[in-house]
Amino acid sequence: MNSDLLPLLLQGTGETLYMILLATVASLVIGLPLGVILVVTEKGHIMESSQLNKVLGTIINIVRSFPQIILIVVLLPLARLIVGTSLGSTAAIVPLAIGSAPFLARVIESSLKEVENGKVEAAQAVGARPIEVIGKVLIPEALPSLIRGTTLAIIAITGFTAIAGAIGAGGLGSLAIRFGYMRYRDDVMYSTVIILIVMIQGVQLGGELLAKRIDKRRHKLG
Amino acid sequence: MLKAGVRKPDEGTAEPFEKGTTWNMITVTGLSKAYITPYARVQALKNVSLKVETGDIFGVIGFSGAGKSTLIRCFNRLEEPDEGTIVIAGNNVTSMNQNQLRLARRKIGMIFQQFNLFDSRTVFQNVSFPLEVAGYSRNKIRQRVGEIIELVGLTEKAKAYPSQLSGGQKQRVGIARALANDPDVLLSDEATSALDPQTTYSILELLQDLNRKLNLTIVLITHELDVLKYICNNMAVLERGEIVERGTVKKLFLNPESDTARRFIGITESFHNHTVYREGEGI
Ligand SMILES: Nc1ncnc2c1ncn2[C@@H]1O[C@H](COP(=O)(O)OP(=O)(O)O)[C@@H](O)[C@H]1O
Ligand SMILES: [Mg+2]
Repeated sequence: MNSDLLPLLLQGTGETLYMILLATVASLVIGLPLGVILVVTEKGHIMESSQLNKVLGTIINIVRSFPQIILIVVLLPLARLIVGTSLGSTAAIVPLAIGSAPFLARVIESSLKEVENGKVEAAQAVGARPIEVIGKVLIPEALPSLIRGTTLAIIAITGFTAIAGAIGAGGLGSLAIRFGYMRYRDDVMYSTVIILIVMIQGVQLGGELLAKRIDKRRHKLG
Repeated sequence: MLKAGVRKPDEGTAEPFEKGTTWNMITVTGLSKAYITPYARVQALKNVSLKVETGDIFGVIGFSGAGKSTLIRCFNRLEEPDEGTIVIAGNNVTSMNQNQLRLARRKIGMIFQQFNLFDSRTVFQNVSFPLEVAGYSRNKIRQRVGEIIELVGLTEKAKAYPSQLSGGQKQRVGIARALANDPDVLLSDEATSALDPQTTYSILELLQDLNRKLNLTIVLITHELDVLKYICNNMAVLERGEIVERGTVKKLFLNPESDTARRFIGITESFHNHTVYREGEGI
């Protein structure tokens, strides 16, 4: 085992976690409102607006149809504008967030759509405002499903960070390319793959446990 | 037949309905509503007019698809009528903007066939929802929710989630939630149709009790004649979006004028005969 392996892996893992965390937060900040708007502007819902619904849906579909690697290259200039640099992990967060938010928005949309319309009507029938229907009914009712969907998005973001890493964003993806592939360092290659597998398993398990806990509290006997 | 526990205004005078809206909690005039689908235009309500006295338990009966849900959902504008006016407690609901409508809805409770409780909230929190929306303080909410869940007999279930309740208990929560803001009117859209007969009667008894204690005006729609017979005083029969018969429930049985009414009575009787027969068989 090479003596530089551990520091390399530590730095790579740190950078990857940093990108995942910030990209997840940023894509939630963008994706949650988008998902909510997609649902409530649907025909017959609390803020029906077929125009807004169509425009948003189209934008989301366009962003989602970009290959991830192209999206990163296209959005790096924007990163310079927003975070002041187009290099490294921090810069990568901008394309990661913008690339993941539409996916997250769709996942959130489908979770919120599972909430029976009758519950929304019951809230409206006692005089709830749209914002109260969203905050007190739609989101809480869909919470376990929202957590499962966000878990899915975090896993997608993890894969996305690896691609970003390959074109200079740092993190485990970058290690795998620069050392594992270009310098034939099998130890680096295998280690990064194992760490990524463990991360994804961890996210999946954590999300599932959290969602189950909420489900269980709502359905406990007694 | 049970007696009507309702104050009947102007009893003995010739035309109580013509004395203006003072005693009418609800006045519906010329209500029409059509659903436009890609394939068809369904005229769900045609020029419906009716009056519900304050403190009455008023039943609207009709077969499936007659337009009952559409009618009652126009009362709190969960459906937007195409034409006509609805005046509830002196306020013209049909001319209100969204803000006015939200305020008016606090005074028009509604219960549903599928209960529509919030699964993310306990019984207590379900009942507190309308009060949170109305902006009451925490203390006031706690006190009011306590009162109302006692009224429906669910005090010891305050911390339970809806999934832990029976159908009857769920509907009690629905009723408590609908009454939290102390409404003038309770609208019931087939509230007992998902319940077994035993539970149905206990819910109907609760409604009757609330009608007396709170002088609550109740409008209930149903496709079950038994429900109408059990608690309603006045009724209307709806058929293809039109009122084909109206009056007291007693009159409906003694002197039905419409085919629909006769069919209802006929069906119910043959159903009961059938039941008796089957019981005789020992099934
Ligand atoms: N949202 C809707 N879109 C289209 N048609 C509807 C809708 N809701 C009800 N209808 C139609 O309107 C008629 C009356 O329905 P409804 O009021 O639900 O009747 P009821 O409650 O008496 O069974 C039916 O023919 C039904 O199919
Ligand atoms: Mg119906």
